[in-house]
Amino acid sequence: MAVDLAHYLLLSAVLFGIGVMGVLTRKNLIIILMCVELMLNAVNLSFIALARHAADQEAQVVVFFVLCVAAAEVAVGLAILISVWRKRGTMNIDALSALRG
Amino acid sequence: MGLETILFLVLAFGSVLTALLVVTSPSPIGSALYLVVTMFSLAGLYVLLAAPFLAAIQIIVYAGAIIVLLLFVIMLLNLQRIEERLPRFWRVAGLSVAGLTLLVLFMAIIRGSSVLPDMPAVPDQFGKVKSLGGLLFSKYLFAFEATSVLLLAAMIGAVALVRKADEGKDGR
Repeated sequence: MAVDLAHYLLLSAVLFGIGVMGVLTRKNLIIILMCVELMLNAVNLSFIALARHAADQEAQVVVFFVLCVAAAEVAVGLAILISVWRKRGTMNIDALSALRG
Repeated sequence: MGLETILFLVLAFGSVLTALLVVTSPSPIGSALYLVVTMFSLAGLYVLLAAPFLAAIQIIVYAGAIIVLLLFVIMLLNLQRIEERLPRFWRVAGLSVAGLTLLVLFMAIIRGSSVLPDMPAVPDQFGKVKSLGGLLFSKYLFAFEATSVLLLAAMIGAVALVRKADEGKDGR
């Protein structure tokens, strides 16, 4: 069996699905943040697999930028999380329903 | 079975297993530690895919910075595990949406994979620091500089968000 593009794309899809499952079924804000990271990484994997497949480095540049955005996202996300913790004293998303309208 | 296939299988199973553990682990610290293993497996896969520079960046940025930041927050806030019992309806709904996403992606990949040619050989410098850096500092220079502004904005935003509300009155 030779490993080809489809295997990498399937692996990336599985990781993405696991991330979606975590975001939709967990209630702990910090774990939800980690699942979003997992989804970003799944997409990065498919970018890199496609870059290898097309023998084109530009997709790797895109992954570099995605990593930068992920770092910024985690910094701001954790800051929001800390201020939520100060205001509500909990990480449970059920306590954060003020925007329900 | 070649070495590459064996490495791919080990890393793929490792990443999927630890990703499942990230999602199912009851305590946030457990999740964060499993996420480190997932990131390392993915870095190994990047090396297999001729992207050694991105593999190094992945380990430095994710395992070295993001996960440590997450662990710091978890430990500083002394986060306990919280009551996680979702109503049955929402758990079933979440799992089926995730399953549907997977199914659609699988169908698209399997349908598309029949027309894919084999992996081509790549040049010697492919994915190395020198060639990627050359691209970043020539063709993508503007995006690179915009990213630095983004990181600065994120830094200032994070500091502004965690500042206590009453500090703003006399300070600044």
